[in-house]
Amino acid sequence: MSRLRRVPWGGLALAAALAVPAFGSRFYTFVATDVVILALFAVSLNLLLGYTGLVSFGHAAYFAIGAYTCGILMKKAAVPFALAWPAGGLLAAALALVFGFFCVRLTKIYFAMLTLAFAQIVWAICFKWNDVTGGEQGMPEVPYPELAWMARLPGLGDLRTSDHFYLLTVVLVGLCLGILRRIVGSPFGRILTTIRENPERAEFIGVDVRRYELVAFVIAGGFAGLAGALFGIFNRGVFPDFAYWPKSSEALIMTLLGGMGHFWGPAVGALVLLVLNQQITAYTEYWPFVLGTILIVLLFAFPGGIVGALDAAARRLGRRR
Amino acid sequence: MLEVRDLRKSFAGFQAVAGVSFSVARGEIAAIIGPNGAGKTTLFNLVTGHVRPDAGTVTLKGRDITGLPPHAVCRLGMGRSFQRTNIFPRLTVFQNVQAAFISHRGRGRDLWTPVDRLYRAETEAVLASIGLLDRAGEMSGFLSHGARKQLELGLALASEPDLLLLDEPTAGMSATETRETIDLVSRIAGERGLTLLFTEHDMDVVFSIARRVTVLHQGSVIAEGPPAAVRADAEVRRVYLGERR
Repeated sequence: MSRLRRVPWGGLALAAALAVPAFGSRFYTFVATDVVILALFAVSLNLLLGYTGLVSFGHAAYFAIGAYTCGILMKKAAVPFALAWPAGGLLAAALALVFGFFCVRLTKIYFAMLTLAFAQIVWAICFKWNDVTGGEQGMPEVPYPELAWMARLPGLGDLRTSDHFYLLTVVLVGLCLGILRRIVGSPFGRILTTIRENPERAEFIGVDVRRYELVAFVIAGGFAGLAGALFGIFNRGVFPDFAYWPKSSEALIMTLLGGMGHFWGPAVGALVLLVLNQQITAYTEYWPFVLGTILIVLLFAFPGGIVGALDAAARRLGRRR
Repeated sequence: MLEVRDLRKSFAGFQAVAGVSFSVARGEIAAIIGPNGAGKTTLFNLVTGHVRPDAGTVTLKGRDITGLPPHAVCRLGMGRSFQRTNIFPRLTVFQNVQAAFISHRGRGRDLWTPVDRLYRAETEAVLASIGLLDRAGEMSGFLSHGARKQLELGLALASEPDLLLLDEPTAGMSATETRETIDLVSRIAGERGLTLLFTEHDMDVVFSIARRVTVLHQGSVIAEGPPAAVRADAEVRRVYLGERR
């Protein structure tokens, strides 16, 4: 068990992810990009869900704000990706600060409903503000970043642009996950877990619970924005769907599936959910039925998610030895 | 140390605390007693900022703290344990106390340093003094009731308070556990020069360690003084002790 803990899972995952374009399949790269970006989205949500104990039903709002900001800047103002991407994260964080200011004043289901309400407002704005967001039709043809420099790197010359963008995505998401990992392992992260466990008691070890919740909300929103910004480019366009509630629930499902008790849980959840989705829709149109069944089994049999179940199994094996 | 002046609070027309005044001097061990529903816990909640009073003032070390939120009150040097055990169940014993140190020393704003080795010596010192050092790695939610109460005391101590409020520290404990807890509390109060204010059901506990007793009945103070005098008070005997003996 302790031996399993010492395996550098993050490094292995990074190496595996970087190797995907070597297979030369357009489809693999496509699925892998999707997984990597949504892994960041789900992990950012888990900062609230798994670490702070806050259930947000509206995390898609920040994903969409990041996507629209980056997409609009790149398409309409020809701003380079190096500026547009961080701008997407920053604006998402700024709006998370405004919305979060109200949300953290409520608790439990009221908190969750208010996050949903704000997300629906964001969706309505994306949907109706035709001049800026393209309205209902969205905004297709968000350009790829300038990646010709990558072709000059040794070994990457004969890859497609989508492969280049994928590699860039892996590196940037890896960086973001590294930062998030560091945050949850910091004193700040430990205080968040006390809020998850017992907000009343946390107040009386001197924790300003609302302020910590707000900071966590802003960080989670910022990283969701960065994920959304990458997604808009990957998706070759930004659409109001990004802010709609099913997008929020997608991240929630990934987190539950993978396990919210572990840092990598939501990322594993993203991988499993998207790969299953691809595989199962090839055989049947009843994917939601299959997904629902999987979730029911999971919630009853493995409430700790996939990573939680694996961890428990490894622990049992370790004890037997 | 603590001065409470004419504190009032009513809930939906019911006067839970009806103009209570008392004070606790530095280094004193004081108890608040009273039958169920006398307003003891409400009074505590008013003092610690969990509930905002309708009227009256609370002064801690000469500073008006009326209406401050709990985390601010805690920072000013008031520690508290709760009647219903109140810990962080899915953190280890060590992590519980360590979190209190992180918060108290203002390190919670640090988003970058690895947390594991932070305040190790301080945390272990507190665990040693509450007798939980050998269980530092256990999930606190799995501890026995008595051990959880001890851990709660540890959480309060990690905030390095001058004044410690204990709401029924021996509630739900066996006779042995009660004895141990009382010994622990009075030893630690002595070692650290703490001022103690506690509420209690168990009269033996009250009369064995408190040097000053305030009796609450229907939200008002009906007697106050050293244990022996309070025990002899006719009014107290009638409304409280008389009910039980």
